[in-house]
Amino acid sequence: MKQFLGFIKKEFYHIFRDPRTLLVLFGIPVAQLLIFGYVVTTEVKNISVAILDRSKDDVTREITQKIIESDYFTLTQNLQSDTQIEEVFKTGNIKEVIVFEPNFAQKLGRDGTAQIQLIADASDANTANLIVNYTSAIISDYVQKQNKLQLMPMQIKPEVRMVFNESLQSVYMFVPGTMALILMLVSAMMTSISIAREKELGTMEVLLVSPLKPAQIIIGKVIPYVALAFINAVTIIVLGNLIFGMPVNGSLTLLLAESLLFISLALSLGILISTIAKTQQVAMFISLFALMLPTIMLSGFIFPIENMPVVLQMISHIMPPKYFIIIIKNIMIKGTGFGFVWKETLVLIAMMMVFILLSVKKFKIRLQ
Amino acid sequence: MTNKPIIKVENLVKKFGNFVANDHLNFEVYEGEIFGFLGANGAGKTTAIRILCGLSTPTSGNLNVAGFDIYKQTELIKRNIGYMSQKFSLYENLTLKENIRFYAGIYGLSSKEINKRMDNLLETLKIGDLRDKLIGSLPLGWKQKLAFSVAIFHRPRIVFLDEPTGGVDPITRRQFWDLIYQAANDGITIFVTTHYMDEAEYCDRVSIMVDGRIEALDTPAGLKKTYKVSNMDEVFLKLARAS
Repeated sequence: MKQFLGFIKKEFYHIFRDPRTLLVLFGIPVAQLLIFGYVVTTEVKNISVAILDRSKDDVTREITQKIIESDYFTLTQNLQSDTQIEEVFKTGNIKEVIVFEPNFAQKLGRDGTAQIQLIADASDANTANLIVNYTSAIISDYVQKQNKLQLMPMQIKPEVRMVFNESLQSVYMFVPGTMALILMLVSAMMTSISIAREKELGTMEVLLVSPLKPAQIIIGKVIPYVALAFINAVTIIVLGNLIFGMPVNGSLTLLLAESLLFISLALSLGILISTIAKTQQVAMFISLFALMLPTIMLSGFIFPIENMPVVLQMISHIMPPKYFIIIIKNIMIKGTGFGFVWKETLVLIAMMMVFILLSVKKFKIRLQ
Repeated sequence: MTNKPIIKVENLVKKFGNFVANDHLNFEVYEGEIFGFLGANGAGKTTAIRILCGLSTPTSGNLNVAGFDIYKQTELIKRNIGYMSQKFSLYENLTLKENIRFYAGIYGLSSKEINKRMDNLLETLKIGDLRDKLIGSLPLGWKQKLAFSVAIFHRPRIVFLDEPTGGVDPITRRQFWDLIYQAANDGITIFVTTHYMDEAEYCDRVSIMVDGRIEALDTPAGLKKTYKVSNMDEVFLKLARAS
């Protein structure tokens, strides 16, 4: 046991004396959380719009007023003619032009219908969609309020409620995703690199010749990273809550326990990588490409799995982060207990066992 | 030096697929001697040394190291041997003291014992002021000597040195061999592989491997007499060319 403690102490010396390792361990998680927090967002705010009002009557002014009053839009320019429309899209950062047809109020009063044209810059398709939806919503809201005065013959009014995330905030999406990504990276990449380093330097052989058992060497190498990754998990939960208002509606203990499970899984994956990789570079390369990209793309972190082609959907089923994200979303957002995530938990445990078995097998072959 | 064998190797065979790295090796190493294990690159030296250290398992053969069976008593063997590979094996970002504490610690030495031996070592090498220096900041020659001192810090009965002096200047090599003699005087058996034929002359006995077989095993003087040449270089060339 004393030998073992000495080993762990040595690992901590390595970590705390290497500025690069420290940066990866503590700088990157915080930076990534902040970057994702401010970049991965599906909300639009302060979008620049231009208005071409060919009618200039009370109704168009009122609608314009409503649009500007919302948080979403800023009126940047009043256009005078059609020819300016293309120009403002090309030169300015205007994302939408709203066009009222001539004699707007008059037509509305006389025929009961008038036209507004919404032209959006669809070079960014998602944003364009959002902007147009927001604008339409504001306009129909206005129309409905006007209609209250009159009696409508028939009306169906769907009442929409977004449960678990009433205001459709994107933090609900990226905090779990970032957590999965960072724990995966820190645990798997850092352990595989640190084991590969011992191999590269030749110290691994000296350790294997010593009375330490291979299992002790491996466990001694991963324990510090369990501790550090766990600190990272806590940091993300706290920062997510303080800065982005991400709630923890379920049990914090369960959340931390599941994080610990995911960390162990990522570590066992890191060990497996290190049995394949002979040098630190190879270990880093495998970790980045085999772990980081799939975690971002295929785990449901950013892109919905349901929309993927069947082949990619099947691949996503073997991505550990997918299950972890489901689990922590359940706990943090829906506030559900273990009863609702036990299946995913079992999948993670099973995956971990497979990685450990494979590593042990690989390790033995290497010793032959 | 006694004539009591501390390493006994009978019919050691190691195959990698169809390739025979060690082809029926037979030799004994006596307690307290400096045993040179020579051979060209790829002759199978490192394979054999790895098997003797327990880093690899033989395909067949009877092996006994420090009185223990290599198949059944690996753990006991490990407690009684030291190993220094051709790669430098101290941790660069640990100080000398931390390196010694770490390596001595994994052999189960008590803190008190470690401190006592460390003081002794630093005094003998006259490097008390290097105690708290990071290993990475020391010149290569010192690192090499320290790596050896650390490899025998737990006082093993045998120390295996796999090309310990690669890439080191002649003066440091000479100093390194002084340390080896010192260890041999203290009763540690030295099993050393090398490329340098002048180093072969320092050994009590040498074996020369060619293509996975031991072609010759004798004292340097005996070998020179047998092959009727004046130095070990020529012995080696004669044997290597004959194949």
